[in-house]
Amino acid sequence: MLAAIGVADFKELVKDLPLSQKDLNIPSGLSEGEVVRLGLELGSKNQAAPRLLSFLGAGAYDHFSPAAISALMSRGEFLTSYTPYQPEVSQGTLQTLYEFQSMICELMAMDVTNAGMYEGASSLAEAVLLALRETGRKKVLIPQSLHPDYKAVLSTYTLESGTQLIEIPYKNGQLDMAFVAKNLTSEVAAVVVQNPNFFGIVEPTEKIAPLAQAAGSLFIASVNPISLGLLTPPGEYGADIAVAEGQSLGIPPGFGGPFLGLFACKTKWLRKMPGRLVGQTVDVDGKRAFVLTLQAREQHIRREKATSNVCTTTALIGSCATFYRSLIGKQGLRDVSYQNLTKARYAFDQLTQIPGVRAPFNAPIFNEFVLQTKTSPDVLQQNLLKRGIVAGLPIKKWYPELENASLWCVTETKTKADIDLLAKTLKEIL
Amino acid sequence: MEKLIFEKSQPGRKGYQLPALDVPSIDPATVLPKTSLRTRLAELPEMSELDVVRHYTRLSQLNFSIDTNFYPLGSCTMKYNPKVNEQIANFTGFKLLHPLQPTSTVQGFLQVYYELERLLSEMCGMAEFTLQPSAGAHGELTGLLIARAYHKYKGNPRKTVILPDSAHGTNPASAMIAGYNVVTVKSDARGGVDLSALKAALNQDTAVFMLTNPSTLGLFEKHVKEIAKMVRDVGALLYLDGANMNALVGLVRPGDMGFDIMHLNLHKTFSTPHGGGGPAAGPVGVSQALTPFLPVPRVRKTEQGYSLEETSPLSIGKMRAFNGNSLILLRAYTYIRCLGREGVRKNTEIAILNANYLRVKLQDAYQVAIDEPCMHECIFTAAKQKPKGVRTLDIAKRMLDYGYHPPTIYFPLIVEEAMMIEPTETESKQTLDQFIETMHVIAKEAEMDPEKLKHAPYTTPVRRLDEVKAAREPNLRWKPSTTANKPSKAGVS
Repeated sequence: MLAAIGVADFKELVKDLPLSQKDLNIPSGLSEGEVVRLGLELGSKNQAAPRLLSFLGAGAYDHFSPAAISALMSRGEFLTSYTPYQPEVSQGTLQTLYEFQSMICELMAMDVTNAGMYEGASSLAEAVLLALRETGRKKVLIPQSLHPDYKAVLSTYTLESGTQLIEIPYKNGQLDMAFVAKNLTSEVAAVVVQNPNFFGIVEPTEKIAPLAQAAGSLFIASVNPISLGLLTPPGEYGADIAVAEGQSLGIPPGFGGPFLGLFACKTKWLRKMPGRLVGQTVDVDGKRAFVLTLQAREQHIRREKATSNVCTTTALIGSCATFYRSLIGKQGLRDVSYQNLTKARYAFDQLTQIPGVRAPFNAPIFNEFVLQTKTSPDVLQQNLLKRGIVAGLPIKKWYPELENASLWCVTETKTKADIDLLAKTLKEIL
Repeated sequence: MEKLIFEKSQPGRKGYQLPALDVPSIDPATVLPKTSLRTRLAELPEMSELDVVRHYTRLSQLNFSIDTNFYPLGSCTMKYNPKVNEQIANFTGFKLLHPLQPTSTVQGFLQVYYELERLLSEMCGMAEFTLQPSAGAHGELTGLLIARAYHKYKGNPRKTVILPDSAHGTNPASAMIAGYNVVTVKSDARGGVDLSALKAALNQDTAVFMLTNPSTLGLFEKHVKEIAKMVRDVGALLYLDGANMNALVGLVRPGDMGFDIMHLNLHKTFSTPHGGGGPAAGPVGVSQALTPFLPVPRVRKTEQGYSLEETSPLSIGKMRAFNGNSLILLRAYTYIRCLGREGVRKNTEIAILNANYLRVKLQDAYQVAIDEPCMHECIFTAAKQKPKGVRTLDIAKRMLDYGYHPPTIYFPLIVEEAMMIEPTETESKQTLDQFIETMHVIAKEAEMDPEKLKHAPYTTPVRRLDEVKAAREPNLRWKPSTTANKPSKAGVS
């Protein structure tokens, strides 16, 4: 090949490069067998189910994931294709993403949705950026009970635009509506509501839209898609934009990623939204076909005037969520949602009967709840871990006013026996 | 074409069985306010497992992919994605970990984070890396926010980011979000940085100069050290868009060339699968002076093991929830450990060799944009076909008929009718020779029968699409028909 190129040796091809003179200080290569062994060793230094029984939620959830999902996502045609810029040979990805968009619109009762964002927190940040851009205002109301990571990401994204993030206090775990009514003024670009909120509590979402409309502010809802089997979808309570972390739709928790950002909105904001959109059209023979569309919003066309810098996001994870919803089906999603509610309620009732455990809020929950314990949750976590149980997440660092509080999650994957074991163990060590 | 899944739905059919409820059932209306209860079920499909598997397997077969076709898509580094990376990423010891588990239970994953950061830092000559950004563009924004925090700390955030006119579109879009104005400088005749234009643009307001090296024309920026000095002299920072790192790993380290900040696209250079448009990962490396500004959490190695440092006074904060696209990072870690010191360099050499082989073998049939040795990709144009009215788009579409994914077309913007070909190191000489032969056949067709190209492709699942219709009459979702699909009342089965 060198001869065909017309050079004597490889170095001639890179003669303009200031080549490094010393070898990289990284290990020598491993054979496949060796690297599998390394992977097994590293994996065994972690503890996952079934070795651990975990009651962690807080934005990443343990749900059943049908076997067909990983089988389908490992197909090379989905796994190793690029962004579908050549629609003639990408109808597989494009139609799947069109079905993805259709299912998200159905689930959220929203007009339009894009083909996916990175993950929930940055998806919320993009929604807030849209509101800031479109209203030209500088204030944003966010709940004090918003997921702390989402708050942190919002603050990173808006830090340099002179945006003021105003926290709505919580009252008995829910939004302080008097505060919202007073502060949702014509200076506010958007009001953000997380439902269920970080405490797992269902918010009075129906009260927000009239206030937001009166102020000319956008109403941004951040929701948990699994809860939408039971809970009113954001489109029905008047959200302008609905965002979500889609991980609960059959995606493994994977130590935090890759996850799936969802972004849906009213048609009004269609041409202002970030991310990719798949549309239906026809080919020259009149056959139905799908294509990336409305690309004039995007960075590769509009450059610094684009609605977002988003390029590659999470098409494959969006496909997984599509497989999940197809397998679980119309009634199935409702049933999963229902099991989450009933099991979390059962656990809540069992645990709050234990001496030394109390619930700080008396408000409706979905699949998570806050408990206060007489022992510090960090100590509790250590003690339960010795018995193979991962306790709820200590939340003191974000909510110091809630003494000894922790956030517990119970999904459909927990059996009555699991919950009873937790209750029994907790009783013993408290 | 395949019907939509909704059109195949059969009432009552299910693809997954939940365990029977083993706790007392409750009426949701007794524990949730009436206004919070959904009254109409979402119209999701009703299918058996086989229905779903068959539907999506058949859809998958409509795609080109690396596993099925040569995919010389320039700037995207469509190299083979080794299956062992997938195997390890599917180990339950990684896949099922919750991101908030106590650190004592995730030591193996934290070790992967820690070691991957060290490996990338060493390969790039940077002091430290953050693995948090979810993709390349997310990395750009992270890098620019770090630059801004640094300048602010020094007393003045500054106002502008300078870019060459050959830059990726994400660069200016990221700069705007980071609060900067964008100044574009013209490239020189070979698509490199025009030093006098850069000099004229640089001043005390310049925060960052963002450079892609090799450039988006696939050529190494010869004056990089001079550029670094010019940027440093006005107190600005030099940023490397690492989209083209597949040309450099093991040969040259960005840190040694004077870059202060860079991002990598692990889904390009480090072989994690593209997934039809993600997930990706865009780690950001910085020089020593910028390390205090990296996002949190940071993985630290202590005598008691690995830990997560959640706060740091000068950090820009968090770019996303939790730690990062962990399972993607794990794939890249596996890939690097397989290649090792010798392998990473060898791969880079073959990537450059393959691109130059195509450059030489195709240049009698297609106009090469810049006639000099290229790095990992080379740019051709349709100049030779233009007299017959054949455009780059037509050539690209004809390639589909022969089973090849087209190159990146009409980018970089500064080359008219560009075709950017990146073969990567994982393709054999036989594949390249077959491709060369096909490209000559297409060139001959363009000469003899140009109309044939203008209407290609002919053999793909669908042919050229009406993109105008798609944009003018947006149809972005299926809607349940009001007669066929009566809204179902929500109830629990």
